[in-house]
Amino acid sequence: MLLRTKGKPINIEEHLVGKVTRNPDQLDENSFLLIDDSLSELPSKNFMGILSRQDEFEIKNGENVVFKIPTLDHLTDGDIVSVGSDGNINTLYRVNSLHNTLLATERCNSNCLMCSQPPRDKNDIPTYYKIHKKLIPLIPKDCFELGISGGEPTLMGDLFFDLLSQLKTELPETEIHVLTNGRSFAWNHMAERLAELDFKRLMLGIPVYADYYKVHDYIVQAENAFYQTILGLHNLARYNQRLEVRVVLHKQSIPRLTRLAKYIYKNLPFVEHVAFMGLEYVGYTPHNIQKLWIDPYDYQDDLGEAVEFLAGQGMHVSIYNTPLCVLPERLWKYARKSISDWKNDYLPECSSCSKLNDCGGFFRWNLKKPSEYIRAFSA
Amino acid sequence: MIDAKPDRKSRKFREIDQFDLSEKSQYYLLPFRFHRITDEKEIIVNEVGDYLLLSKGTFERIVRRQLDKEKDAELYGDLIANFFISEEVIPPLIDVLATRYRTKKLFLNYFTGLHIFVISLRCEHTCHYCQVSRVTQNKDLYDMSIANIDKGIEIMFKSPNPHVTMEFQGGEALLAFNNIKYAVEKAERIAKEVGKGLTKVICTNLALINEAILEYCKEHEILISTSLDGPKYVHDKNRHKPHASSYELAIKGIELSRQVLGHDRVSALMTTTKLSLDYPVEIVDEYFNLGFQGIFLRNISPYGFALRTDKSKYETEKFLTFYKKALDRILEYNFSGHYFTEDLAKIFLTKILTPFNVGFVDLQSPAGLINGVIVFNYDGGVYATDESRMLAEQNDYTFKLGTLDDSYNDLFFGKKAQEIAQLWANEGLTGCSECAFQQYCGADPVHNHATQGDMYGYRPSSDFCQKNMEIIRYLIELMESDERIKKIFESWAKTATH
Repeated sequence: MLLRTKGKPINIEEHLVGKVTRNPDQLDENSFLLIDDSLSELPSKNFMGILSRQDEFEIKNGENVVFKIPTLDHLTDGDIVSVGSDGNINTLYRVNSLHNTLLATERCNSNCLMCSQPPRDKNDIPTYYKIHKKLIPLIPKDCFELGISGGEPTLMGDLFFDLLSQLKTELPETEIHVLTNGRSFAWNHMAERLAELDFKRLMLGIPVYADYYKVHDYIVQAENAFYQTILGLHNLARYNQRLEVRVVLHKQSIPRLTRLAKYIYKNLPFVEHVAFMGLEYVGYTPHNIQKLWIDPYDYQDDLGEAVEFLAGQGMHVSIYNTPLCVLPERLWKYARKSISDWKNDYLPECSSCSKLNDCGGFFRWNLKKPSEYIRAFSA
Repeated sequence: MIDAKPDRKSRKFREIDQFDLSEKSQYYLLPFRFHRITDEKEIIVNEVGDYLLLSKGTFERIVRRQLDKEKDAELYGDLIANFFISEEVIPPLIDVLATRYRTKKLFLNYFTGLHIFVISLRCEHTCHYCQVSRVTQNKDLYDMSIANIDKGIEIMFKSPNPHVTMEFQGGEALLAFNNIKYAVEKAERIAKEVGKGLTKVICTNLALINEAILEYCKEHEILISTSLDGPKYVHDKNRHKPHASSYELAIKGIELSRQVLGHDRVSALMTTTKLSLDYPVEIVDEYFNLGFQGIFLRNISPYGFALRTDKSKYETEKFLTFYKKALDRILEYNFSGHYFTEDLAKIFLTKILTPFNVGFVDLQSPAGLINGVIVFNYDGGVYATDESRMLAEQNDYTFKLGTLDDSYNDLFFGKKAQEIAQLWANEGLTGCSECAFQQYCGADPVHNHATQGDMYGYRPSSDFCQKNMEIIRYLIELMESDERIKKIFESWAKTATH
């Protein structure tokens, strides 16, 4: 799935954020007209600009234009894009997807061995914030769920709360799911401030990788991270914030996995959901693969024990990013088709599998490093 | 904005040993206790009831600071993660430990919930283990007066608890059904006015139950609690009713009550007697076959009759043998796919396996007397527990807090209450303060007084201690030696808390 493209810009001075449409009748001041081949006549009303595949473009009234764009096929009427002065066109929101996410920042105070989106240290927060500020009012009000990820979103500081507050007002029906390492909430005032937003549709997904600080801190490559995250979870629970614990499965987290499950039940019984997630073969993971790889087939007993213990104690548990053929059948009811549509793919042998429709398959990038035990189920 | 620089100079990956917060194997002990579970295994239990099972001698190595962070890496991690040791004087997660402790003591939050009204002392049974009831027609002397019912209800609604339970006991409570109706309707009116929750329970042998009574119970959402000691040949010998079979009446009554009220609105309690000891399997089967979800294997209380007659006197050892045989039978049902619990085990397991707790009068600390339960006797006397009023029938008024004419403060915070309060927390009792099972057990000043002559009690010869210690030890031994049993026990503990 293509999410960014580029053309030659004319007259674009700052980031523009707008919806796209191919229908001139739908145009308004917040939208771009998409031109695939040619257009006889420009509409006479006020609109944001033109995105065109044409090799040449003649400006008439000082319009904002990007032309010579290789393709516009990935854009659907209603999608929202940002257009930069350099001609970059990034898709910010796809109207036909259930997996839209706002990237809060690429900065992070952790450096997880298996980070799928490695952090960058430059301060991008004001830039992203400005874009989101323009984006949020354009998102359809019937948007079911919207993610916020990073980097570490809480590094936005005050702007983090401003962003959430805007989302709460502009999207009164939308579930907001924030991925954070939770460390900032070790400061009680951060949790208190979040609670003041009184945002019932907000859920925080927070990773815990071991019950023992040393293992967790090693995995996230940050001292004191475990203690900060656990205190953060408790501070958030004090204010009845909705919480999810996320556990990534790999060679470093598996040895204490069943202990971690007990730890979660004993110390974090208030969390609404626990997700066990297969490793993504992207970002830092290929670099650290020696430290991380364990075939999912080989950890199914540990995973089963952890999942069934928590579920048995009445907690809501899911398994993400794991094909059904490497899970014992009794765990299938916990497996979710969790991978965002544009990241999702299958292996050639999957095409003959009778369980294909029930299976979450792979991250596209995991096709390079699948389990040795992938097999098609016969009908 | 939070500090724009990440807390690192570079993003180069570091090895696990670089994440040790303390380089040496120097650690501090958090409060925990230990006990030998089997010849090879010992257990350590922390302040919030989490336990680790260790091989013999490990406890000593831990407290002598002989653990090595490298060589004992896994155990060291377990001890840190489970709040047994800390690398700092004040553990970084001490607030989490505090929250866990509060959660374990949550049963104290609301003060007295259960209010027992001994609505009549009259009974038509002559059970050999019951010394309190009277076979008589004299209502004036042995029924609770309307005036006392009124006062009891007034005191009940002074409890700070947002949800109170009103339980009618006897004698046979149904002999005074008209007074029950009066009490129920009055309490319902007040509960509605003051916005409190109200649960109503009638304890009855069911001999007098009929459709009219049950229709009333249905209309007023009253629960039925009855006695069933096992199969007919056990029940009828324990629970004598002149010219009739108590068992037949109980079974008929259970069926009828279930028909009218619904299956789960009727519960049954058994009492173990000397006779019962020979029939552990049969008693369990009886409960299972009648469609109950579990059984509470209660030993006979040492009050009154039991102390005075040989008939119900037996040693704790024999009860434990009985208990284990019965528990075996219960586990067999579970192995074959049925959900069927033993409710004493369920209480212990909730304490052992979950972060939660259950309030149960003698298995909590501070004890449930006054904190959780209060008894209004038929004659207007106010007692700390049901057992306390039974002692009173033998002219022992040690646990009489006063009468219904006294003020709420005098009853609940007066001299007598203060005296008992000195000894109602096992954390402060010799023999309990250092016990590994302290968090799983409780304090019972009434039992100590009845069996040993003083409220403090002497643990080495206490049957309460002997029984609870062995059952807890046995439950842990069972689940640590058999994964299937652990799964079953986890499922019991779960339903006690959710």
